[in-house]
Amino acid sequence: MSTFFLVIGLGLCILVFFVLYRVVFGPGVFNRIAAISAIGTKTLIILLIMGFVYGRVEMFVDISLVYALLNFIGVLAASKFLEMEKEL
Amino acid sequence: MTSAAVILSIIFMLGGIFFFTTATIGILRFPDFFTRLHATGKGDTLAVLLCLIGLAIYEGFSLTALKIVFIAVFMALAQPTATHAISKAALRVGVQPWMKGGKENDSSI
Repeated sequence: MSTFFLVIGLGLCILVFFVLYRVVFGPGVFNRIAAISAIGTKTLIILLIMGFVYGRVEMFVDISLVYALLNFIGVLAASKFLEMEKEL
Repeated sequence: MTSAAVILSIIFMLGGIFFFTTATIGILRFPDFFTRLHATGKGDTLAVLLCLIGLAIYEGFSLTALKIVFIAVFMALAQPTATHAISKAALRVGVQPWMKGGKENDSSI
């Protein structure tokens, strides 16, 4: 089962690198924010899988919870800031 | 840990990986911002829910599984809210949606 978790984590890391193309080359700031939000949700799952691989889930689940909260707050703050900016 | 729970967890996590892959293909291939947000907003939400439910089933009955279920409930509330906020901000700033038959409108903002 640990091998399965490692394979799932590596697949998620490859998907994160594919989404990173949209962060680097994506036209405009909104594409970048949406791609960063997608990377954050993938990172949440990667953190939990790391907890299962290392056998210390009770520590990694708190880190994952804080990561989910920070991702949500970050996207909301960036969208409110860009909404106030009239010209981009 | 029964083997039925392990098999159910594997099925849920493979479904989550499938929907993560489709959301990634959508965010790479769709023509403009709103269609990309359509792909990543719904696909990532369902994929996160499937992966978290699979991990909670593998964990069994404990406080950690309760916390994982709480993360799943929070993501089900937060991810559509974030998608709605960023799409409304983009619409107010003036990102033009992609029209059928129009030119490739990828250079806006």
